[in-house]
Amino acid sequence: MVIMPLSDHYTYWITILLMVAGLYVVIARSNLIKKLVGLAIFQTSVYLLYIAPGKLIGGTAPIASAQFSVYSNPLPHVLILTAIVVGIATLALGLALVVRIKESFNSIEEDEVLVAVHGDAMSEDGDA
Amino acid sequence: MRDFFVLRVVAKMLIPFMLIFALYVQFHGDFGPGGGFQAGVIVAAAVIFYALIFGLPAARLLVPDALVESMMALGVLIYGGTGIAGMLLGGNFLDYFVLSANPVTGQHVGIFLVEAGVLVTVSGVMLKIFYVFAGRAKLPPG
Amino acid sequence: MSAEHLPVLLVVVPLLAAPLIVLFRSGRAGWLLAVLASMVSLACAIGLFVQVRGGTVISYAIGNWAPPWGIEYRVDVLNAFVLILVSGVATIVSVYARTSVISEVPSDRHYLFYAMFLLCLSGLLGMTVTDDVFNIFVFLEISSLSGYVLIALGRERRALHAAFQYLILGTIGATFYIIGVGFLYLVTGTLNIVDMAGRIQAVADHRPVLAALAFMTVGLSLKAALFPLHAWLPSAYSTAPGAVAAFMAGTATKVSLYVFIRLLFGVFGARLVLQDLPLLEALSLLSIAAMLVASLVAVMEKDLKRLLAYSSVAQIGYITLGVSLANQDGLTAAVVHLFNHGIAKAALFMLVGGAALRLGGCRLEVLAGMGQRMPLSAFCIVIAGLSLIGVPGTAGFITKWHLVLAAAEAGQWLTIVAIGASSLLAAAYVWRFVEAAYFTAPRHHGVQEVSVGMLAPAVIMTVACVYFGLDTSFTLGAAREAAELLLGAVK
Repeated sequence: MVIMPLSDHYTYWITILLMVAGLYVVIARSNLIKKLVGLAIFQTSVYLLYIAPGKLIGGTAPIASAQFSVYSNPLPHVLILTAIVVGIATLALGLALVVRIKESFNSIEEDEVLVAVHGDAMSEDGDA
Repeated sequence: MRDFFVLRVVAKMLIPFMLIFALYVQFHGDFGPGGGFQAGVIVAAAVIFYALIFGLPAARLLVPDALVESMMALGVLIYGGTGIAGMLLGGNFLDYFVLSANPVTGQHVGIFLVEAGVLVTVSGVMLKIFYVFAGRAKLPPG
Repeated sequence: MSAEHLPVLLVVVPLLAAPLIVLFRSGRAGWLLAVLASMVSLACAIGLFVQVRGGTVISYAIGNWAPPWGIEYRVDVLNAFVLILVSGVATIVSVYARTSVISEVPSDRHYLFYAMFLLCLSGLLGMTVTDDVFNIFVFLEISSLSGYVLIALGRERRALHAAFQYLILGTIGATFYIIGVGFLYLVTGTLNIVDMAGRIQAVADHRPVLAALAFMTVGLSLKAALFPLHAWLPSAYSTAPGAVAAFMAGTATKVSLYVFIRLLFGVFGARLVLQDLPLLEALSLLSIAAMLVASLVAVMEKDLKRLLAYSSVAQIGYITLGVSLANQDGLTAAVVHLFNHGIAKAALFMLVGGAALRLGGCRLEVLAGMGQRMPLSAFCIVIAGLSLIGVPGTAGFITKWHLVLAAAEAGQWLTIVAIGASSLLAAAYVWRFVEAAYFTAPRHHGVQEVSVGMLAPAVIMTVACVYFGLDTSFTLGAAREAAELLLGAVK
């Protein structure tokens, strides 16, 4: 098994670091906003995963011109533009939900909210 | 913020330039970084800047809620309408080749229209997000 | 506007009707537009199915850019079958939704509800009809984000937390899927499924392809609520408004499973899926776990909506079990169960939603005596429940029968035992409702049957459960053709 030299593929190492860091924050932090931040970091790693290989060695910006023969790949940029917009929409929606959760449950810590949710479910027992 | 003279004057000077920059970014999406989404965010940032300095009610007078909601919907309809125009003129959905006699000009026209749609929707959405979040704050008295 | 534009009209009509609803800002106009747009989509789907039945494939190039340079919409019999399911469920649920929305959502948000409903529908239809893996992601997120909003519109505050949990898990799932797409794009250089299937044979043993398969499997399993990645489903479906639970239970997970089946057999192909990797063994283990564990939890649930949600997790196990058996009968069972379970769960959630509104809750104690107070609803719930168990004469039996045939063909006798055990567990949880409805004294007096607006669509769906159990020419015929298509692509 060949271990990739650190300097040759540093973008992939950074991608992996961000991906794992983001997932860790989502799982390990109980504050809802921190979870959203972790999600955003996780999504950012994906942007890097697409764009970094799109730059070809010796490639220039993808505008057709007679002087250049090697162009960088413009398709990853277009894909990631869409992915960024999706990420922003998700973040905005998540934050709106956190605001509503704060107003309803008076807390944005996942464990406190879960206790309240469980309490709601149990208290339906006596309802007629 | 309204009471700070310097901020007010600088804001009034900067906001038109922000909007012009947004239009620059919008129309140069073909040849450089830019396009509808980025320009939409800059337009929204200009209005949010106004709201930060002069207060949310003043911004609501400038860009009313009904207008913002309509902008969100209108942009999508412009984009979809361009697509359907391509269909009505004989091509497929989002076919830009048929939008003009010369296919290359057709591509330019098509991209111009869809990017305009994206600009309207994105600035509407960003502004709506700001209005909704900022409008929920309970301000301290005084 | 000739018939050749059907693949795109299917998606574009709901997509453009949604901003129209936002412009009109009226709940009543929103409902009418939602019903009309769903009906147009259903008509397009039926038109497409009629064209592709028998083996033709319709290819539509968006923007007139030939594939693989442009995005292609590609309809074959597998797609068209799922399209009919999604648009059919949407049409019936949108008619049902009027009363449900009036009772459960604040009146200044009705038009937003219908706009989100149409966006969700358009996203699901787009996911099904497109042949570009990145386009699948875009439509997946359109349907998911509008789904989160729809769930958050539930009456209780628990709906907000359920929507947030679904958002986190769903976004992780979609991002895993997009990581898989990234690896595939890096290795094959294309995003078009048909083109990728051709190019992937040359690079099939490179590690990024295996990583892509792993990431996509996990991502789509999160979206499809395959055990053990199902944690978001019970809370989401039990706290959402009745119409939302009915729509999403009938369609959202099914479309993710369709994408999974399409990618597994259409892109990754024979060597990887059937020979090199133990993917199918792992899938069958997880499916059996889903069938048994989720049914067991359902038997012990006290809230009928949560019970039905866990039952969904178990039934999704049947679909993936069919996929993991990977023979003609297994894939037929998987594809036909997409439809059979979709209509059964939509019917059940519509009926339970209506009952919960009348009786003030959906815990089994609250529903006591429903057989006397609301006879038609209770009877239809039992019929749809029989479809979940797989009683002959209902749609569920068709699936079970083909699953058993497939397992026998593969020589997996323990699987047959597991199918039998989970059917018994299903009978147990349906019996819990029967016991509460018919053998317990009613708590409420003076409660009437639900209104016609809610009852009629639910009854139609229940009748469909029985009809498609007796006349299987449509469902089974389409599923058999689809299974042949998938296995043919693999060889």
